[in-house]
Parts: sequence; structure tokens; C-alpha cells
Amino acid sequence: MEHYFNPEVECASREQITAWQNERLVKQVERVYNTVPYYRKKMDDLGVKPSDIHGIQDLHLLPTMTKDDLRDQYPSGLLAVPMSECVRIHSTSGTTGRRVVAYYTQNDIDLWEECCARALAAAGATKDDVVQVCYGYGLFTGGAGLHGGSHKLGSLTLPMSSGNTDRQLQFMTDLGTTVLCCTPSYAAYLTESINERGLRDQIKLKAGIFGAEAWTEEMRRDIENGLGIKAYDIYGLTEISGPGVAFECSEQHGMHVNEDHFIVETINPKTGEPVPHGEKGEIVFTSITKEAFPLIRYRTKDIGVLNDEPCSCGRTHVRMSKPMGRSDDMLIVKGVNVFPSQIETVLLNCGYPANYQIVVTRANNSDRIEVQVEMTPEMFSDSLKEISAREKQLVTALKAMLGIYCVVKLVAPKTIARSEGKAKRVIDKRDLYKG
Amino acid sequence: MTVKQISVFLENRPGALAEFTRILEKSNMNLRALSLAESEDFGIVRVIVDDPFETIRILKDEGYVCSITKVIAVEIQDKPGALVRMLNILGDNQVNLEYSYAFLAKKANSAFMILRVEDNDKAIKVLTQNGIRPICHDDMEKMFK
Repeated sequence: MEHYFNPEVECASREQITAWQNERLVKQVERVYNTVPYYRKKMDDLGVKPSDIHGIQDLHLLPTMTKDDLRDQYPSGLLAVPMSECVRIHSTSGTTGRRVVAYYTQNDIDLWEECCARALAAAGATKDDVVQVCYGYGLFTGGAGLHGGSHKLGSLTLPMSSGNTDRQLQFMTDLGTTVLCCTPSYAAYLTESINERGLRDQIKLKAGIFGAEAWTEEMRRDIENGLGIKAYDIYGLTEISGPGVAFECSEQHGMHVNEDHFIVETINPKTGEPVPHGEKGEIVFTSITKEAFPLIRYRTKDIGVLNDEPCSCGRTHVRMSKPMGRSDDMLIVKGVNVFPSQIETVLLNCGYPANYQIVVTRANNSDRIEVQVEMTPEMFSDSLKEISAREKQLVTALKAMLGIYCVVKLVAPKTIARSEGKAKRVIDKRDLYKG
Repeated sequence: MTVKQISVFLENRPGALAEFTRILEKSNMNLRALSLAESEDFGIVRVIVDDPFETIRILKDEGYVCSITKVIAVEIQDKPGALVRMLNILGDNQVNLEYSYAFLAKKANSAFMILRVEDNDKAIKVLTQNGIRPICHDDMEKMFK
């Protein structure tokens, strides 16, 4: 039997969803125009007035936003309510040390948590379940989002945060966890650990919600078979709220976008022209209920396909495919967003040349990122100790910038492949977007 | 009172050292001593050659990252206990050894130790005071003639 958190909304008619979107969009555009100077300027530059926007059919008239706009307006230039109305922030890492900070009012938190509760319900969770949240807690939205969703649903919530596998497994077996929330790579790691330790018959897991990084259908099968559970994908981004912007249902074929809160479009990343449903395009969101940090037509840089065919689960909200690639050079490694320019900044700060190569691999469902740097006369020494110390400094600086451990490999000068005079910066051997 | 050592960055892969020695051979450089230090992903080869400046020039032309370091060379007798005596002198005087390697000269019953220390002057002073005289590059070359 399909579980819903809010069936009236999740299974509403298309007419009803459109009516909500029209009303909320018009209000939101008017509000940001009047409260956020940056939006007013962007709209004025395009010659668009709030009165031109009558509903979602006029969405394409509005300017789009990118991460650059967010960085430009760091830390609070896009705030649409007085700071005193905000109760929390979350943040993602950004290039050159500039982060993206997203603000939330209490209402924003409530709506976000409801989105996550819908995702948990779609995975079969009820108030009788035990939900183990092993996404990171803190600035990252993963932990807080699923934690709040689990609360809303009334499930027993285990706020484990990431890491410490021994403790994860102990709680999982002792407290009878039924729903696991973490990154797919950590789920794969836990699957292995459980089977290695012969704990399979001591766990009560029935479902998992795995997001924040790309994963393949093969990986889904491995986890499902390895744990005897159903594995569900979840999509989100801090800029729009966090996990729960879209989620999978029992059909496991595309993620339902919570359309009462987020209008989703696909556009041609080069021309910005709208792309019809069923065709690949860059996914763009407009948050129509967000109070503190609303974004109009935010370009995610994720490439995907929208599907408005009826779903067997009974939900009527449009489904988006798993991201099939990026329209920029961002990598997602161990669930963390990594831009090559961040690595470049660290290298230059540490005195290394900007000639480098990033090699990302995945073995046993775990990501590994290697940064290859060419040795220079300035960095060279006859002492292994000195070179190794510099290497360690670089690893520490990369960890501070990216939040993940990178392997540094020093290579001989002029050995990094250059194509047409320009180095190929990233080699991603994971084939995440295949098929 | 020091000799000039050349240190060269080498990738940790099959053939890297062979390529390097081929260049020395091609340019007629005489190798007096060689030592290799390795980490997980790279190595440093340290060599003593007859003409360090010419060698550096050639290596740089070939695209190697390399440097010259002044190290201490001492002659010790090729017999049990000779090495201990010298090391005791350094240890007793708080001279820390970064790395060290040995080679044999043409002269019978004689070996050379290359010593890399933080403070060359101090090491030379304590060795000399104890009757061990470090040699310079030209002295060393004479031993091979």
C-alpha cells in the first residue's frame, strides 16, 4: 500500500497544482521585486515588471539566477525578510572560499521538513518506524532535512550524523532501525560491513533514502540485494531548501518534484530557451513558498528530463530523472560539491603551479579524488621530509577548502596531458551518468 | 669543505631511474655515488658526479627538477668500528643526520661517507676537532684519478 504524508497535496489534480503555482508565483515575484534590490535590478534590466507575470505561463519572461549571483550577493544580499525573522542558515562550500548561505524562517523550515516527510512516507516510513539519519549534521542540509522530516512523520529519529561505522551498526541492530538515510556510497559501505560481520539477520531495515550524490542503477541493485531493502533516491540543493525538493516513490522511476513549493522547468543550457518535458535540459527551480531566501528561476546546472506521465503511485507531481550530467564543471565527490577552481585556488595559495589534474575514481562504491600536481624547482628539495611536509600541508588545505580528503600525487614536470595547449583538468572515471 | 650533491625528482614508475642514468651516460658524466629515497608516489635520486654544474645544466635542459646541495664527505677506513667512531662524534655533539650513504674510492681500504646535516659548519668543526677531515669536491675527484 502506498503511503503519503499529505495525500490531498501529493495527489492533487493538475488544475489544482497549476492554480497553486500561479497564485504563489505572482505573489513571490511581487514580493522579491519589492524587497530585494538585486531582483528588482535584474528584472528592470530585462524590462519585466511584476505586473507582467500573471502565472506560470509567464515564467520564461523572468531572469534566471546562478550560483554566481548567490556568491555576488554573499552573505545576505538576497534576503527577502528582515534578518530577525530568520531562525537558521545552511551553507554549501563555494569557490575561492565564498560560500552560499541559505536563510530559513520557521515557516521555511516547516515546509522543507514536510517535503522530507513526504519522501520518507513514499519510502514506506510511518510513525512506527525507526529512522537512522547518517547524513552529516551541521551546515550541510542532509542531516537536518531528513531529521526534521522524520520528526514530522512521528518516527523515532536516530540523529547519528556521518561516520563511526561501529556505532552506526550498533544502534542499527540494538534499536531496530527500519529506515536508513545516508549517501549511497555510505549505504554501500554499510552494506558491506553488515554482511562482513554477519549482521544481516540482526537488522530490521526495510528501506533506505540515499541522496546528495549521483548513483547508478547497478549501485541501487547492490544495496537492495545486499540489505534486502528498497533503496530510494532523493534530490535537493541547499539553495532551494535541501533534500526533499524531489523524491522517489514505490515506482522508483523518477523523482516527484514537490510542485506546490517548487516550480520546475528544463531549459537549454546554452540558449536559455525552455525545453519540453521528455527532453534533456538544465533543471531550473523557482521556490514559490520560500520566505527568507526565495530563488526565481535558479539554474541548478544539473541536466535531466522531466516526465509528466501519470505515476502508478498515485502522485500527480511531475517527476525528474536522476541528474544525467552537469552543464558546468562541478564534481560531486563523496556527496560534496567540488569545483576544479577551488582546487586551483588552494594550489596557488600553497605555492604550487596551476597546472594540475583531478582524477576521480570509485572503488567498492567509495569515491577517491586524487590531485596530481607537477613538481617545480621552487617546491623541490633534496629532503624527502621537506617535500612530504609540503604535500601534507596541501592535503590539509584541500581538506579545509573542500571538506573531504584528497590524495595528492606529485608528478614530474610537463607530464600532465595537455590538449590543444590547455590541460584536461578533470578525469572522472566513475561513469556516473552512463545510461 | 663540502661536496656538491645533485638531487633529482623522479616519478615512482618503472624505467624512471634508467632514463635518468641514460642521460648521464649520454653526456659522459661520471657517477661517483648514488642513493635513492622514495615515498609512495615519487622518489629523489641523489648523486655525486665529477662535474656537478654541467650535470645540472644538462638535467634542466632535459626537463628534470633538480637542485644542488652541499653535503659533507668524509673518508673512513674500511674496517670494523670506523663508522661507529665517526657517528659517535656527531651524536655526542648533537649533530642530527638527515640522511647518509657510502661509496668506495679507488684507494684500497678506504670508504667515503656522504653526510647530510642541517648545520654543515658545526659538523665540519666537530669532525675536524676529532681528527676527521671532511674533503672538498676537488679532493674527492683526485681520489678517482
